[in-house]
Amino acid sequence: MVVGVHYLATLTGGFFAFTDWTGLGSWNWVGWGNFARIFEDPGLVLALWNTLFLAFGSVILTNVFGLLFALGINRTLKSRYILRTLLFMPVVLSPLAVAYVWKFIFEYSGPLNGLLKLMGLDHLQKVWLADPEWSIWAILFTVVWQQTGFVMVIYLAGLASVPVEVEEAAAIDGAGVWGRFWNVVLPAIRPSVAIATTLGIIQGLRIFDQIFALTGGGPAGATETLATEVYKQAFQLGQFGFGSALALVLTVIILAFAILQQYVTRDPDRAKRKG
Amino acid sequence: MFRYTKATAVREMIMWVITLLLLLPMYILVVTALKSDEEAITSSAVAPPTAVDFGAFVEVLTSTGRNSIPMAILNSILITGGAVLGLIVLGSLAAYVIARRTRTWTTLTYYLILIAIILPAQLGTVPLYIGARNLGLTGSAIGMILLWTGMLLPLAVFLYAGFFRGLSTEYEEAAVIDGASPTQAFFRVVLPLMAPATGTVAILCGLIVWNDFFNSLIFLGGSTMQTLPVAMYTYVGSLISAWNKIFAVVIISMVPILAFYMFAQKKFIQGFAGGLKG
Repeated sequence: MVVGVHYLATLTGGFFAFTDWTGLGSWNWVGWGNFARIFEDPGLVLALWNTLFLAFGSVILTNVFGLLFALGINRTLKSRYILRTLLFMPVVLSPLAVAYVWKFIFEYSGPLNGLLKLMGLDHLQKVWLADPEWSIWAILFTVVWQQTGFVMVIYLAGLASVPVEVEEAAAIDGAGVWGRFWNVVLPAIRPSVAIATTLGIIQGLRIFDQIFALTGGGPAGATETLATEVYKQAFQLGQFGFGSALALVLTVIILAFAILQQYVTRDPDRAKRKG
Repeated sequence: MFRYTKATAVREMIMWVITLLLLLPMYILVVTALKSDEEAITSSAVAPPTAVDFGAFVEVLTSTGRNSIPMAILNSILITGGAVLGLIVLGSLAAYVIARRTRTWTTLTYYLILIAIILPAQLGTVPLYIGARNLGLTGSAIGMILLWTGMLLPLAVFLYAGFFRGLSTEYEEAAVIDGASPTQAFFRVVLPLMAPATGTVAILCGLIVWNDFFNSLIFLGGSTMQTLPVAMYTYVGSLISAWNKIFAVVIISMVPILAFYMFAQKKFIQGFAGGLKG
C-alpha cells in the first residue's frame, strides 16, 4: 500500500515531466508551416527580439545591482537585516500589482514626468508607456525594480560563504578593494553567479504579467514578447496550433540558454564545494 | 579588520538612501490610495493626502460580481492552500522514495523531474487547457488546485529530495525497530523532522500560486471563479485612471502577502536563497 502510494506519486511527478514534452506532439504537430509564419511576420520577429532584450537586460541589470546591494549591506552594517528585508520586499509582491504602481508613475501626468519638470528637464517628458522607443525600457525598469532583491539574496548567501580570513590575508598582502573583490570574492561566489544568471534568464524570457498590465503589448506591438504572443494567439484568437508553435520557439530558446548557461558558468570543483 | 568604522557608517547611510528611494513607489501607492477621488487627480503624487479618505477602499471592498475583491481573496486562499497541501503530501512522498531507493528508475525519475523544472510552462499550457476544458475543470477551484499540484510537483520533489538526502536513515530504522510500519515511520518520524523543508516548499510554491496571473487568466478567465490577480486585472480595466481606487485594489492584494512576509521574512529569504541553490 505504502509502496503503491509512493510509486504512484513518483510516477505522477514523472508523468507531468513527460506531458510537457509530448503533450505538444499530439496537439500541435502541423508541420513547419507555423514556424515559417513566425519568422515571416515582422511583428513576431520583433516580439522575439523584445523577449531577448528583456531577458538579457533584466539579467544584466539585476545582477549588477543585486551584487552591488549585496556587497553594500554585507557584514558590519548594523541595520543589514532591516535593509535586507526592505530590499527583498518587492520580490514577494505580485508582478501584476507592482506593474500597476509603475504604470501610474509612468503616466503622462505621473510622478516621473513631474520629477523631470522639477529638474528643469521638461523636454525629456513623454508618455513613457505609449512611446514605441521607451515603453520597453519602462517594462525593463519595472522588472528590474522587482527582481533585484531576489538576486541580492542569492549573492548574500554566496558572500556568507567567503571566509573572512582569506579576505583579511589578501588585504594584508596589499590587495585593494577592487583586487580583493576580483581575485578573492568573485571566484568564491561563482556558483551564486551561475544560479542568479540562469534563473534570471529563464524568468526574463517568460515575462508576461508586467507587459500585460503596463502596455498590453502596445503601442502597436512595440512591446510584444513571445509570452504575450502565445497568450494572444492561442487564447484570444483561438489559434492553439500557432500559439503552441510560438511556445515551442520560446521553449527551445529557454532550454538553449539554460544549457549554455550551465556550460559557461560551470565550475570544475562546484560539486565538491556544494557539499 | 572588518570593524565598524566611519567608512562603514557612510556605507550604511548610502544604503539607506538607496533603499528609501527604491521604496518610494510604495509610498506613492499608499498616499494615493488614501486620497479622495478629486485629490488623487489634482494633487502631486508624492504629497500626502490633506484628509485621509478611505472612500476608495470602501468602494473597492464592496464591489460585487466578478469584481468582488473579497471573493477573489477567498478563492486565492482556497486555491493556494489546496495546492500547497497537495504538493506537501505528494512531493514529500515522492521525494522520500527517490531519496531512499537507489534503483535505476528512481534516478531516472529524478532526472525527469529536474528537467521538468526548467521546462517553461507556456508549452504545456495549450494541451493542458484543452485537457482541462474537456474534463470540465476550467473555471473551477478543483481544476486549479490539480493544475498547480501537477505543475509545481517537480519543484516540490526537488526541494524535498535535497532535504531527505541530508537526513540520516537512523531515525526511521529506530522507529521501525520500535514497531512502526513504514507508513507510520514516514508520517510520525520523518515528516515532522522535515518541517524546514515543508516550510520552504510551502513558501516558494505558495508564493508562485498566489501571485500567478498567466495561468489563472487562462484557466479561470471569464468565469466567476477569480483569483486575486485576475480579479484585480478585470477590475482595474474598468477603473479608467481612477488611481486612488486602482491603488486601493493593489494595496488590498498586497496586504495578505506582506503580512505573511513580515511575519516570516527570515524564512522567506532563506527559502529563496537556500531552496533554489540546487
